[in-house]
Amino acid sequence: MKVFRILKRNIRDAFKSVFRNFSLSIASITCSTITLILVAIAILVSANVNNATSELKKDLTIEVFLETDIDSSDVDTIRDKIIGLNNIKEENVTYISGEEWKNELQNESDDLEAILDTLETNPLRDSFEVTVEDVTQLASTTKQINEIEGVFEAKYGEGKAERFIAMFDIIEKVTIIIVGSLVLVTIFLISNTIKLTIFSRRNEIEIMRLVGTPNLVIRLPFLFEGFILGIIGSLIPALLTIYGYILVYDKMDGYIYSNIISLIKPVNLVFYVALSVMALGAVVGMFGSYRAARKYLKI
Amino acid sequence: MKFIEIKNCYKVYPNGVTAIADLNLSINKGDFVFVIGHSGSGKSSLIKMLYREEKPTKGEVIVGGVNISKLKNRNVYKLRRKLGIVFQDFKLLPKLTVYENVAFALEAMGLKNNEIKPKVIKALERVGLKEKIRSFPNQLSGGEQQRVCIARAIVNEPKLLICDEPTGNLDPETSKEIMKVIETINKEMETTIIMATHDREIVNRMKKRVVVIENGVLVGDHLKGSYKANESV
Repeated sequence: MKVFRILKRNIRDAFKSVFRNFSLSIASITCSTITLILVAIAILVSANVNNATSELKKDLTIEVFLETDIDSSDVDTIRDKIIGLNNIKEENVTYISGEEWKNELQNESDDLEAILDTLETNPLRDSFEVTVEDVTQLASTTKQINEIEGVFEAKYGEGKAERFIAMFDIIEKVTIIIVGSLVLVTIFLISNTIKLTIFSRRNEIEIMRLVGTPNLVIRLPFLFEGFILGIIGSLIPALLTIYGYILVYDKMDGYIYSNIISLIKPVNLVFYVALSVMALGAVVGMFGSYRAARKYLKI
Repeated sequence: MKFIEIKNCYKVYPNGVTAIADLNLSINKGDFVFVIGHSGSGKSSLIKMLYREEKPTKGEVIVGGVNISKLKNRNVYKLRRKLGIVFQDFKLLPKLTVYENVAFALEAMGLKNNEIKPKVIKALERVGLKEKIRSFPNQLSGGEQQRVCIARAIVNEPKLLICDEPTGNLDPETSKEIMKVIETINKEMETTIIMATHDREIVNRMKKRVVVIENGVLVGDHLKGSYKANESV
């Protein structure tokens, strides 16, 4: 087949070219290796962060503080009303009385104990701790609780989980920025390598054009070269992803921060990440060479 | 039958230089035409427009029925496959043998190796270089290199052979040989030949049609022409 003959010749030329410009090829490969390692780490981190976030969200609670001038029957009515909301199940509503709060605080520090003792009445309100079924409805549920008679204030967003989630959000954004800029640098470097190849073969390209080679066929070996550079650069990151993550998972017994945050199981995840890293390497390589071919081939 | 038609053609470069101004020219199939003129007269621009290295700014250039002004970049290769081009500086690839240099054009077109071989041998036979098939360009004389270049240009049996000062780098004796080869191609293959040249002796001896260009304008078109005394080209 004509197409296969052309492809075969092009792939042969691309491999030749990678080894002819070995030093520059090595530079591109190293750069894409480093980038892709970071990309792999970023993907693994953000997959785990997402996983941890959704687990932590299960622990998100609404604190419901009650008015001070209510008796225990009012408390029961309020509890029933809260349970009556469709986002809340009975077992997820816990009552904590003002006295319990006071005792807890007094146990925590001597200073607080002294201050609270000087007060005649307990300033701490009775409260409920409510966990919702669907966290996306957290805000509207809180609003509904606020409207219940006898509720002084219902609020959410001051627990540990919220702070973790906020932190994870920042981690994710920073990794995206770092990885994005590294991908750009790699594209630039690969594009530069291809530029050199184009330059060293410019006579050949000129003659190819003059004897009637279609532009696509002229471009192909350069696209293959970029592809090869990207794929070679992605081999180490792919292997590191698989073995590195499994090692980390085993070392930490699957948890970070003593059982608070669990890691995602390695099997499947590592293969998906390894494959995406290789695909990204190939795409970045081809994009780099496409850019160079467009810019320097002038066809 | 008209093979090349140039109508009201202008070529203005982006820097404002007008290389060709209102040029009209038609060339029949099988013709042998010399294009002469000073350096910078616009003859190179004319030649380059014929193989669509340059696009006319205005007007029409029609080669073998193809309107070059309307030819899209990605389709230029189709035109190039129908014509052969010979350059002053040969443009051979130093790392390839004579055979490979000639085969290069056919390889790029995706022909099978067993289709390529007889064509290459035939082309090299025509230029009289069959015995040098395994040599590299730097082992050949200037005249031989130019013959390889001609073989590459005709290997696909084009209808038009464009020669851009093919004897510019050669001594008079070798030039004569090259011209013999080109003339044979013109006669035996009925290939239309357009040749830009400075070589007074060749033009005077061959008695072919001569087109004179000066400052981008056609100033002379003589059948069986020669350099005139008043044409100080």
